[in-house]
Amino acid sequence: MIPELGHFALGLALALSLAMAGFGLVGAHRAEARLMGLAPPLAMGALLAVGMAFLCLVASFMVNDTTVSAVVANSHSLKPMLYKISGTWGNHEGSMLLWVLILALCAGAVAGFGRNLPSALQSRVLAVLGLIAAGFLAFILGTSDPFGRVWPPPMDGNGLNPILQDPGLAFHPPLLYLGYVGFAVTFAFAVAALIEGRVDAAWGRWVRPWALAAWSFLTLGIALGSWWAYYELGWGGYWFWDPVENASLLPWLAGCALLHSAIVVEKREALKTWTVFLALLAFALSLLGTFLVRSGVLNSVHAFASDPSRGVFILALLMLYVGGGFALFAWRAQAMAPTGVFAPVSREGALVLNNLLLCSVAAVVLVGTLYPMFADLVLGQKISVGPPFFNTATLPLAVPLVGAMAVGPFMPWKRARLWPALQKLWWVALMALAAALLCLALEGVRVGPALGFFAAAWLIFGAAADVAQRVGLFARPKAALGRALALPRAAWGGALAHGGLGVTILGLAGMGLAVDRLALLKPGESVELAGYEYRLEGVADAAGSNFAARRATVRVTRQGREVVTLHPEKRSFPLARMTTSEAAIHTTWLEDLYVVLGEEREGGVVLRIHDNPLAPWIWLGAGIMALGGGLSLSDRRTRVAAPAAKAAAKAAGTVRA
Amino acid sequence: MRRWLFALLVASGPAWALSDPAEQLPDPAQEQRARALGRELRCLVCQNQSIEDSDAELARDLRRIVREQVAAGRSDGQVMAFLHDRYGDFVLLRPPVNAGTALLWATPVLALGAGALLVLGLRRRRAAPAPAALTPAEQARLAELDRMP
Amino acid sequence: MSEATPNPWRRRALLGLPLLAAGGAGLGFWAMLRGLGTGSYDPHGVPSALLGKAPPDFTLPPLAGSDLPTLAAADLRGALARPVLVNFFASWCVPCVIEHPQLMALKRQGVPVFGIAYKDKAADALGFLARRGNPYTRLAADEPGRVAIDWGVYGVPESYLIDRQGIIRWRWAGPITEDTVAADLGPLLRRYSA
Repeated sequence: MIPELGHFALGLALALSLAMAGFGLVGAHRAEARLMGLAPPLAMGALLAVGMAFLCLVASFMVNDTTVSAVVANSHSLKPMLYKISGTWGNHEGSMLLWVLILALCAGAVAGFGRNLPSALQSRVLAVLGLIAAGFLAFILGTSDPFGRVWPPPMDGNGLNPILQDPGLAFHPPLLYLGYVGFAVTFAFAVAALIEGRVDAAWGRWVRPWALAAWSFLTLGIALGSWWAYYELGWGGYWFWDPVENASLLPWLAGCALLHSAIVVEKREALKTWTVFLALLAFALSLLGTFLVRSGVLNSVHAFASDPSRGVFILALLMLYVGGGFALFAWRAQAMAPTGVFAPVSREGALVLNNLLLCSVAAVVLVGTLYPMFADLVLGQKISVGPPFFNTATLPLAVPLVGAMAVGPFMPWKRARLWPALQKLWWVALMALAAALLCLALEGVRVGPALGFFAAAWLIFGAAADVAQRVGLFARPKAALGRALALPRAAWGGALAHGGLGVTILGLAGMGLAVDRLALLKPGESVELAGYEYRLEGVADAAGSNFAARRATVRVTRQGREVVTLHPEKRSFPLARMTTSEAAIHTTWLEDLYVVLGEEREGGVVLRIHDNPLAPWIWLGAGIMALGGGLSLSDRRTRVAAPAAKAAAKAAGTVRA
Repeated sequence: MRRWLFALLVASGPAWALSDPAEQLPDPAQEQRARALGRELRCLVCQNQSIEDSDAELARDLRRIVREQVAAGRSDGQVMAFLHDRYGDFVLLRPPVNAGTALLWATPVLALGAGALLVLGLRRRRAAPAPAALTPAEQARLAELDRMP
Repeated sequence: MSEATPNPWRRRALLGLPLLAAGGAGLGFWAMLRGLGTGSYDPHGVPSALLGKAPPDFTLPPLAGSDLPTLAAADLRGALARPVLVNFFASWCVPCVIEHPQLMALKRQGVPVFGIAYKDKAADALGFLARRGNPYTRLAADEPGRVAIDWGVYGVPESYLIDRQGIIRWRWAGPITEDTVAADLGPLLRRYSA
């Protein structure tokens, strides 16, 4: 009964979404308030219906209803409850439903919080979101029905993959989808602007919070996935330039460019056409990722069964939305003539440079990801584009990007001079140089890590210098605290996000100095790595809820002092017929001690020991970036505000200028 | 979305079971070189890992070959050529520069160049028309804009 | 918003570029999806680097316990009486069981099929052939799997067609099915027999 209810709710949601699209577009076109007024309640209705369908699926997973095919394929009665629930979106059908649920949530938010939007704009945005939701609901109902029944029901499900039973992984997809789908809203705003033929500062201000939110969630989602790979896969790798990873990086890069160029629209009414293009592009790249992962055209080891009918359906949706958006762009963007005039050396000039470099990086990642497929298709050449290519090709673009990142915030709007801005950064440059020299002195001639430490210090201290200047720390130190409190949150957010990237780069640079050691140890024997002594005390059997494990005890000492006792494990899951390796990780925040248990032989065990300097900061930095995004988002100026708030924002703006 | 990636990867064998310590070269400098080479070579069975990161049987064999050759004093180029002769371009994670990959390698320059041209075009276009006197409609619009923060 | 653009057509073309790129990519993806269905586009296949070349230089021991002669590079130098198929197999390989009937059929047609047991114990390989029949006229053992790497083998089963001049003309990674014989191997055998 519950699955049927869910199925019905999906159908209802499809009808409501179509109605929302129809009434919204027609109402806005005819400027009929009554029709336009229907769109927000319809969005709420669609949200309720999709939410209902999603809850029905969750319920089916929770009670392990083996008459539902998605449950049979992806769940098992012996799974812990958390993973039964997260298993709901751990498969193709359920993840599509989650995708649509988040889309419905976004539409609900536009309907609920968007009361200050001009009603025609709101209706059009909702209509576009309704169209997107309708397409994906049709996709779900047509090719990927999560509520399909199996009869007779099998005794139990088959989904016990132990590697997926992980809290990090449970929240990775929802965060990613919040990011992807958030860009659907900026896409909708762009399409609405193209239909109206008008982009102004107000539009920039409405779009920016959505871009910020989507970007922040995507940052967290990507970081969580990377962190999971680091601790779960057992060899300390955190980024592989796999096509599937690149598919999530691409919208992140485009979104990053978008939220910067939207500032220029908001402040200077320039870069309007470009910003609209980026808003279209960010969502296009999100959809491209969905297509690549689910259609089977990629040479990736991901395991979505490649069903050609699904691939064709998603491609059709992709072409409808992306093609439609770009066609509208080609047709209507002409109408949006730029009004702002700006000098190359200015805040807006720096933001243009940022966009140029970010988009070039995105182009390299996009081309690198798609090239093998198109070389195969067009030239019949089978080539591989792997990490060595991406590292080589993105580095020359990343260096100037990072270099400009610290300088940009020091540039005033309209017309600036480079030299005064650089003069304020002399101590930052000195610190960065010191960091690089320190690395060279301690670790020998290692160009990559030294460059990394330089960049990290440049960004972190650059962000600090930015805040220091805004609060007048050096000019009027006494008033600094008061000014710091009065500083708009967006200013703090920007500095935090820039500093956060510095922290991530710090972690990356540290990982460039990682060392590891492989050793066959008998109990009582020890090896030394990076100043730590690892002594194997013994290996014993251990039992878990649904696995049996071999568990090693490794005592770590440093110059005779006890540091920690680590327990790397090898688990075997009899029901899933799989073994996994659980790395034991101890972090001192300056470095991770990372031990993996290998095979047992000759009375000893193989241990792989990694010493990963500064590793945790990679993901903490991403967290700081997302926090910066959130802080900017909470700034009252970013919130679509009532007239009173606008006046206050104006005051804040003049303080800043 | 990575979960599905790794789901299969792991199902098809441990993603990175430990290799044999005896595999390593006694000379750390040579081992370092062998690793650097291994990271440039694609494991053909697991498709998206380098042979250093994979524990597939074939990856082990290839790792061993790389180490033997490094130990025998072959140059990096010779080792890469050995594997390229056998497995073709596909084994190279850094695609070779040739007619087929010229576009790929030119992407950073092309992207930057196209972007720079766009920016320059934008500026020239702005510079070209002398700012004519504003029409009354534009003045009204400007006033409206000024009222906004 | 009046704006005097020097060349509106250039701007228009520029604005159309994203649509053009998206359309091109869409067309490409569509071709890939179609190719996936017909088998003409396979993201997982790895082409052989040895096509059009002579097989690598190698010698291998015979499979211990078998009375068949072994296989070496010299046996594959032209001019051969007929094109031959070199087949890498193993008793532990499941798809090898799938392709086995096709190899037996080729043997009945008089196609010389040379076997190389890849990373297999001699006794296991012999048992495999005793149970299912022996399609091979030459049989060699590559227990360390090194010669296989010289051939560019990346899994078993894998088969190479060598023409009468001793040049590798075709490589098939995976089991040879009836469809493979009908669509690829059969026509090639006829072509290179001449």
